[in-house]
Parts: sequence; structure tokens; C-alpha cells
Amino acid sequence: MFKKALSLVLALTMAFSACMIFASCQGEGDLKGMSESPLPAPELTVDFEVKDDFKIGFIFLHDENSTYDKNFINAAESVKALLGLTDEQVLMKKNIPESNDCYEAAVDLANKGCDVIFADSFGHEQFMLQAAKEFPNVQFCHATGNSAHTANQPNFHNAFASIYEGRYLAGIAAGLKLNEMIEAGKITAEQAVMGYVGAFTYAEVISGLTSFYLGAKSVCPSVTMKVQFTGSWYDEGLEKEAAEALLSKNCVLISQHADSMGAPTACEVKGVPNVSYNGSTYTACPETFIVSSAINWAPYLLHIIKCANTDTAIEADWCGGIAEGSVVLSGINLDVAAEGTEQAIKDAIAGFKAGTLHVFDVSKDNFITVDGEKLTEYMADVDYDEAYTPDTQVIKDGYFAESEFRSAPYFSIKIDGIEFLNSKT
Amino acid sequence: MKKEKKSVKTAENTLPSAVKKTERELPFYVVKRGDAEQTFGRAALIRASAIVIALLLCGIATIFVTGDNPISIYATMFKGAFGDAHNLWKTLQDLAILLCVSLAVTPAFKMRFWNTGAEGQVLISALATAMCMFYFGGAVPTPVLMLIMVAGSVLAGVIWAVIPAIFKAFWGTNETLFTLMMNYVAIQLVEVFLKVADKSGSNTVGPSLLKHGWFPELFGQKYLLNILIVAVLTVLVYIYLKYSKHGYEISVVGESENTARYIGVNVKKVIIRTMVVSGALCGVAGLLLVAGTSHSIDSNLVGGRGFTAIMVSWLAKFNPLMMVLTTLLLVFLNRGSAEVTTKFGLNTAYSEILTGVILFFIIGCEFFIQYKIVANRSHKLFKKKGGSENV
Repeated sequence: MFKKALSLVLALTMAFSACMIFASCQGEGDLKGMSESPLPAPELTVDFEVKDDFKIGFIFLHDENSTYDKNFINAAESVKALLGLTDEQVLMKKNIPESNDCYEAAVDLANKGCDVIFADSFGHEQFMLQAAKEFPNVQFCHATGNSAHTANQPNFHNAFASIYEGRYLAGIAAGLKLNEMIEAGKITAEQAVMGYVGAFTYAEVISGLTSFYLGAKSVCPSVTMKVQFTGSWYDEGLEKEAAEALLSKNCVLISQHADSMGAPTACEVKGVPNVSYNGSTYTACPETFIVSSAINWAPYLLHIIKCANTDTAIEADWCGGIAEGSVVLSGINLDVAAEGTEQAIKDAIAGFKAGTLHVFDVSKDNFITVDGEKLTEYMADVDYDEAYTPDTQVIKDGYFAESEFRSAPYFSIKIDGIEFLNSKT
Repeated sequence: MKKEKKSVKTAENTLPSAVKKTERELPFYVVKRGDAEQTFGRAALIRASAIVIALLLCGIATIFVTGDNPISIYATMFKGAFGDAHNLWKTLQDLAILLCVSLAVTPAFKMRFWNTGAEGQVLISALATAMCMFYFGGAVPTPVLMLIMVAGSVLAGVIWAVIPAIFKAFWGTNETLFTLMMNYVAIQLVEVFLKVADKSGSNTVGPSLLKHGWFPELFGQKYLLNILIVAVLTVLVYIYLKYSKHGYEISVVGESENTARYIGVNVKKVIIRTMVVSGALCGVAGLLLVAGTSHSIDSNLVGGRGFTAIMVSWLAKFNPLMMVLTTLLLVFLNRGSAEVTTKFGLNTAYSEILTGVILFFIIGCEFFIQYKIVANRSHKLFKKKGGSENV
């Protein structure tokens, strides 16, 4: 009896002290070192009336526990609040796998009277298309897909954002950090090696990692990058391992395109600067987080709701950019980022807005080369087919026109300076 | 006080166990009910009250979470499962598929062959169906394609089921582990097919790639054919188990292998033959899933039905007709609670919690059907206060 009581007391003491430790950690983590975002989510304005019987349905692959889906769910919630929609008008189905369940969920939402149905994951596409054929009066919108512009189905739509521009901006912050390290004598110019944890060897990931690299290269010409793929969109253990493997190969800065906290946490433990994705990881990693880019889906959701309520056709393929507010950045961690980062990012944003700056600029010397040669032409598989037949010339006016011929990324070239350590398809 | 305690402790250690027992006597006994007591009416009453208590508990929990009244929650559940024509058809369709898998595991379970591999047997049949649709679709006329699909899926299911059966029959391997491991082999084979057939990077081979060999719609209902096929199978399996010689042999082997051997039953043959039947039924389930339902395949297509089927089969005491009811219950819970989470914006885990609570009560009530709890009159709890202090 005494032993039991003692162990209980001990356990309670430990639990209490653990709480105290966590509480004190939280206290130190106030957002003191964060700047205002150089590219915040814009205030959206509503210039239309929402019909009383309007309904929108959402299909999410996971729930809030995935940063990917959380980004969509937050956008849906913000638009719901903006328009003052009721719970009956916004139906959300979470944890819908990329299978026939998606089709059933879409049919169920259509039967419940939804005017617009939105699905958030790549693998949902075929099932959304299948449902779209059965409900011609309902609009089916699908994020990240690539077949709407060739599907010939007027009520089926794709959307994406020019997130490669956001990655480029984040890359500038990374390049300036490398410059700071070189100037401080911590590394030589040749040792400016970045590490990148990617999910799969797909165009979406390659487009993102290349634009991140180019952003860094635009300010730090000697930079190189090593890429480790995990083969999963969400696997905390694998992403942590991949980050650690990159660190052991002398990478001095890490970024990632995968949805867990694996890579940022590994960086925080080792004290290595990290450029994040899908939202700030500052609270968890205050000593290493620099900046994060993300897609803001709210403008697109508002756009499709407006179309549905004003009887306007939705584009088959919609790509939001910086101007639309679809690409956003978090604040910059002033404790970690190099001096002048904020200004450099703002200058680049101005360049994008003016149309003078292009991420995949093939005309610049020593910028984008493949086997030492400049890119002059490239046929991409824009109109999706099973054999990946290249069908469209995507280099024009001296730059690779990513996301201009369709919203989903199609830049999948391995350029000089980037080394793939493995491959996961 | 302290001294007293110590002395009790040493006394306890030296006393014979019988004395110790009286000290720790429980206030209640568990007594097995006699056969006369296990009437159908009583069992039905116990089961019904278990469901009512479970629903009340779920209702109370939901009030705390949503703040809504429980009646509207039950109404939502009912609406989700049977509310409109689409929901009703979908419920019947889910019922048909789960029932088909349950029918498949039942003969083996009746034989006490613990087949935990229905998941893999259905999945491999689904894979065979999908591969037929993918490679032969468009190349051969639809009726021929259908025949190839049926043959392919049934054959795949049989192969997946009969391998563990042969090992069990001839070398006495553990069928539970063997069938379970076969599931993972099936999953990996599907993964390989996904990589080969779909290069876009989605984790599914979907309807746009499997365009041919879809089950036809009957009277404008695309799931009607599935439902009819499973209805016929249910009756057939019922007759097979209850009235055929095979069915009798299965139950004898299940009761005692030695008895079976003594009366001249070839146990090896029965084990293998029964698993062939099981595998073939799994093959039909795989066929219905791909050609009749999803027109797509991914590694999670079966979605745990191979394991849920075990519960369906057990709850119905291996009676195929009773299984219609137990399947209906599970499908109703599944679809009803999914509707609750959508309507009230809850996490999907909540619907699984509700289902879990209800199943806990339903499985738990089987205990009370077989046993009863009797008060122990000699326990201190039932004695007067003065008396208890003396102990």
C-alpha cells in the first residue's frame, strides 16, 4: 500500500514538473523575433450576393492533423466566415481516401444539394471527374489536378497556384543566409550546400525544389543542393531521417516539401537553419526557422463561390499567383535570417508583379543549365496522357513558362547544381 | 495500527490458500446458464437491451460533444443510412459487399480454420479483376471480358486461400499467421500494379484507366446486380452449410478432428476443399468490388472488411441468414455515424468511437446470454453494518 502511494506521489510530481517545464518553454517562445510577413494573405472583398440556398461541399484527404489538409480547411473556414455562410451551407467530409470513397462522397454532397464541390488531393481527380459526368449542374473543382483542360467536361475544373514563385522568394532568404555564413568564415563558398527533403520525384516537387534552389542561387552563385526523397507525403520518421542524412553529408541549410514536422525538428535539434513550407514552424523551431511559403486557397474558393452565385462559368484551369493572393509567405525570423532578407524578398515580389522577374529564367548566364548547356527549348507533357508524350513548347521569351499552359506544375528537369541522392516515384 | 497490519500480512502468507480465499470473497458469482435458460426470447431481450444502453450512452456522449439533443443525432444516423434513395442503395451495396466477404470466411470458421486472410484473398481477386480490365479491356468483346474477369478473380482468391490450407493440412502450420502474412503479399502486389499501370503518381488505378468490363446497371440501379448476386450466394451458402454432406463434414471437423477421422472423414480433403470454397467466395467479393462498385483499385480497397467479416460471422454464430442482420447493423453504424460527423463537423474518429462503443456492448452482451450473475449472500456487502465491522 505504501509503495503504491509512493509511486502515485512520484508519478504526480513528475507529471507536474513536466507540465511546468513545457509551460516555461512556451513562455520563451513568444513571437518576438518574427517580422511582419512580406507577402501576407490579402484581405478579400466580397462584391456579390450569396444565394440563400447556396451550398458548397468539401472533400479532404485527411483532417487537421495533416498540414496539407489544414491549409485547405483553414481557407474554407476563412471564406465561410467572410461570407457568413451557415453550417448547413458548408459541408465538409474529411479523411476521404483517393478511391471510390471519393466518388461516393461527391455523389452524397451533390445529393445534399451542393452547388460546388471541392476536393483537395491529387488522387481524387478521376473520381471527381466520374461524379462530374453524373451531375452536370454541379460544379466540381479539384486542386492540384491536371486533366480538366483536356477532359472536355464543362463542370469539372482544376486549380493550383504559382507556388514556385513563393519557393523562389524563400530561396532568396536561404541564399542570403548562406552568404552570411560565408562572410562570417563559417563555411567557404564551395561549402554552401543546401539539403532538400522531397516527397516524390514528381514535377510538383521538382518544380518546387528547383525554384527554391534558383532563389538561393540568385543571391549566392556558388550554392549547390542535395535532394533526398522519402516516397511519402507524410512520414515524420522518414522525413527526419532524410534531413539527418543530408546533414551528415555536410548540408548547412535544409528545406523540405513534405507535410510533417520531421525535417524542421531535425534541424532544430542540430541547430541548422531551415526554410519551411505550408506555414510557419517558428513556434516549434524558434532557433532555426527562417521563413515559410504556402499556398493560400481562400482566393480560389471565393472565386468559385462567386462564379456559382453569379452564374458565371468557372475556368477549366485556374492558377493563382502573387497578384491573386494565392501565394503567401510567413513572417521572417529575424533571429536567424540574414540582414536585408526582408528587403531582398520585397524587391523580388515587386519584380514578379512587374513581370520583369521570372523564376525559370533561361536567358541568364550560369543560372539554369543542363550538362553545362543553357536551355533553349523544352517540350513538356502538358496535355496529360498515359505515355507522357511531350506536346507543348513551354520555353518562350527567355524563360520556362511554368503553370501558364496548365495550372499544375510541369517543370521536371534536373538542372546542374542539384544532385538527387535517390529517386521515389 | 501499523503493528496489526504487519501481523496480518505474515498471517496471510502462512495461512493456507482456502482461508485467503474467504478473505477476498467477491460479492457476486458468475454462473453459467443452463440450456433451458438460454432461450431465444431471453437472448433477444438481452441483445436488444444492450443496443438500447449503447445508443443511450452514445447519445449522452454526443450531447456533451455537440450540444445537440440525442433524438436528432439518432435521426441523423438513420437518415445517413436510409434517408433517401441514394443513401438506401449505398447502404444495401455496402451490406452486400461486407456480407459477401462474411459468407466467404464462414465455412472456414465453422471448421475452426482461423482464416484471417480474407482481406488479402479479396484484394488479390480485386487485383486480378483490375488486371483483366486493364490488359484485356477493349481487346476482347465485353461478354468474353466478363468471363475472363470472373475466372481470373475466382482463381486468384482460390490460390490465395488454398496455399495456407495445403500447408495446414499436410504440415500442420499455423493458419492464422499464414493467412495474415498472405495479406501483406497481396498488398505489395497491388502496389506494384499501381506503379506499372498508373504513372501519374496517384495511388490508385482509377475508372479512367479501367474503362471496360463494368457491371451493367439493372433498372437504372448500378448496385442492384451486386445485391442480387450476394442475395443468391447467401441462400446457397446457407443450404451448403446446413443441408449438404460437405456442410456436415465441415461441422464435424470443426467439433473434433479425431471424431471426424474416426467416422471416416478425410480431414485434409475437407480443409482444402473448404478453403477453396472460401477463396472462391472471396474471389466473387473482389470481383464485385472492382467491376461492380469502384471500377478502381488501390491497396486499401478492401478497407478492413476481411477482418470486420470475422466479427459479422461470429456475431451471427456462422448462420448466413443471421449474418444479414449483423452486417446490416455494422453497415448502419458505419454510415450513420459518418453522417453524424459530417453534419456536426466532428472529427471522423468520433464516428469510429461511436461504432466501437456500440460493438463493445453487443459483443459484451453475449457474456450475459451464456452466464448470469448471482449475488453472494454470505458476502459482507449483504450483511448488516454491525456484522461487517467484525470481519
